[in-house]
Amino acid sequence: MNLMEVNRKKILITVSLLIIALAPLFLSDFRLNLLAKFLTFCIVAIALDFIWGFGGMLSLGHGIFFGLGAYSIAMYLKLEASGEKLPDFMVWSGLLELPFLWKPFQNFFFALTSSLILPAIVAGLIGYMVFRSRIKGVYFSILTQAMAMIAAILLVGQQPYTGGTNGITNFSTILGFSLSNKNTQLFLYLITAICLVLSFLISQRLINSRFGKVLIAIRDMEDRVRFCGYDPVKYKTFAFAFSATLTGLAGALFVTQVGIISPAMIGIVPSIEMVIWVAVGGRSNLYGACAGALLVNVAKTYLSESFPDLWLYFQGLLFIVVVLFVPGGIVGLIKKLFKESKKEQNILLSEEK
Amino acid sequence: MIIHLALEVMMEVFILQIFNSLSVGTILLLVAIGLSIIFGIMKVINMAHGELIMIGAYMTYLIQNLFLKTMPEYLNYFYFFALPSSFIAAGFTGFILERRIIRFLYGRPLDTLLVTWGISLIFQQMARNIFGAPNVEVKTPSWLQGGLEIMDSLQLPFPRLFILFIAFLSVCGIYLYIYRTKSGCAMRAVMQNRQMASCIGINTKKVDAFNFALGSGLAGVAGCVLCLLGPIGPSLGTYYIVDAFLVVVLGGVGKISGTILAAFIIGFLNTTFEFSSTATMGKVLALVIVIIFLQWKPSGLIALKTRALE
Repeated sequence: MNLMEVNRKKILITVSLLIIALAPLFLSDFRLNLLAKFLTFCIVAIALDFIWGFGGMLSLGHGIFFGLGAYSIAMYLKLEASGEKLPDFMVWSGLLELPFLWKPFQNFFFALTSSLILPAIVAGLIGYMVFRSRIKGVYFSILTQAMAMIAAILLVGQQPYTGGTNGITNFSTILGFSLSNKNTQLFLYLITAICLVLSFLISQRLINSRFGKVLIAIRDMEDRVRFCGYDPVKYKTFAFAFSATLTGLAGALFVTQVGIISPAMIGIVPSIEMVIWVAVGGRSNLYGACAGALLVNVAKTYLSESFPDLWLYFQGLLFIVVVLFVPGGIVGLIKKLFKESKKEQNILLSEEK
Repeated sequence: MIIHLALEVMMEVFILQIFNSLSVGTILLLVAIGLSIIFGIMKVINMAHGELIMIGAYMTYLIQNLFLKTMPEYLNYFYFFALPSSFIAAGFTGFILERRIIRFLYGRPLDTLLVTWGISLIFQQMARNIFGAPNVEVKTPSWLQGGLEIMDSLQLPFPRLFILFIAFLSVCGIYLYIYRTKSGCAMRAVMQNRQMASCIGINTKKVDAFNFALGSGLAGVAGCVLCLLGPIGPSLGTYYIVDAFLVVVLGGVGKISGTILAAFIIGFLNTTFEFSSTATMGKVLALVIVIIFLQWKPSGLIALKTRALE
């Protein structure tokens, strides 16, 4: 890393931080809310890039963790909105009292902790089981995808406890502050921005550390790492659980911004949509992942506002074009333009077998 | 007398359960077998397989309409015409896909997964634009209506028996092709060792293209018979794709027998759990069992024996 590169990176970080910090001054409330939503997606992209770009594990089931985080907070918000009464969908499905599982979620801090810890526990368990039996590559992807499907089916099937297809919605306040209040929204936006920056910094720090080096080595040749005496299972499980935690955080923030969570946001389709954010931005690069998440979602909002039919064609083409012609994503393109580090490009291309 | 009656009821339930698992198993088998061939030879994760099924189904719908318009008196026999045309339509689509897109991605399985997912999105939207979003119905021919009566209150529906028969024919055909023809021999060679096969003069590109088309064609046949089970729509494929992949993973790569076994096991698990709990729990439990099984045998039920590390 030469001096110029360091400078350029510093400029990049400063500019993006400035944009995020000043955005509330220029954007309308609606757009600011949208931006906040996109920032939560950026956190997801970072989380996914962490395990895919640096660990070689393509998870098609990150919707589960997003959902775990989101549902945890949504349960709290719903309980607060319903006050002393039962949440409306429980009444509709004929429940008489609050289910046992819901009770602790009356406490905000329990809900918050659960939105971070629960994804980590689930991911840790799944990861340990899967990685221990050396299931990797496409098998891992297929299994996680199947799990995303199962999660969505379970949520839809357990209508009285989860709100079924409609999910959980109709919130009013968070810790006593009205969610529709402008100041609350601004505050939530800032919290989201801070969480994004923190996620980015922690992930970057992890990647630059010894742990990250081993992780990258596992991505490139797992067996050789094992022969060197490392235990890839531990590294991979930790990386997966860490990524799940970030995704859970993103889900929790998402619910407060958008005000609804439903199985449609955590199944197979949204899970694989998360992957395209990273692919467009450029895997193995955290800035790229963020940029990709922003760009794709801006394009999605614009296209589905003006040409609803076109969005699916566009998304399909995006998958094909990006993987076939620009495997390095936007970052790869920029690097090519600046003609720097061709080597990295080659590594990207030959990373999978 | 009461014991006798109870026994009879139990017998009925038992036979029905066995038949249902067989039926679900054959449907899974038809859906998964093309996928298994494509994955086995080329290591391509074809997420667009579901949409090839959809193409087969819509082809059947088109053929039915064609018969309705031109020769309604032969409408009963349109299935004999629809089966091969679904095979050809889906197979041809697969061939074009392989030649134009997928062959650039050999050796990058995760990338094939993403690209074929993109293809599947485009196909789904195309189907929505051409045929409309609502489901369309294909009429079951009169000779397939009703069922085979085994006991007083037990009937095995003809459409499901027909699917059983078609699946049996397909599997026999594939078996003969793989183990009794020269082209099948070349395919096995490429599957076991691509470079070596290429060295002894097998045109591996040709083998790839042909087998991709074959696998896609089988998806078309699956789509054709799925029309017998209910209305079809643009998202038909998405219902089956994940189950199909589970079958392939559980069965192990590279052996048709593994796929067959896995399809019946998953069919059996699904129906049994569905019977004893609800439909959603059935699917969940089946998946859990598959994952636990993979802990014990990560490469699937029947895997090619190899000394390679991976």
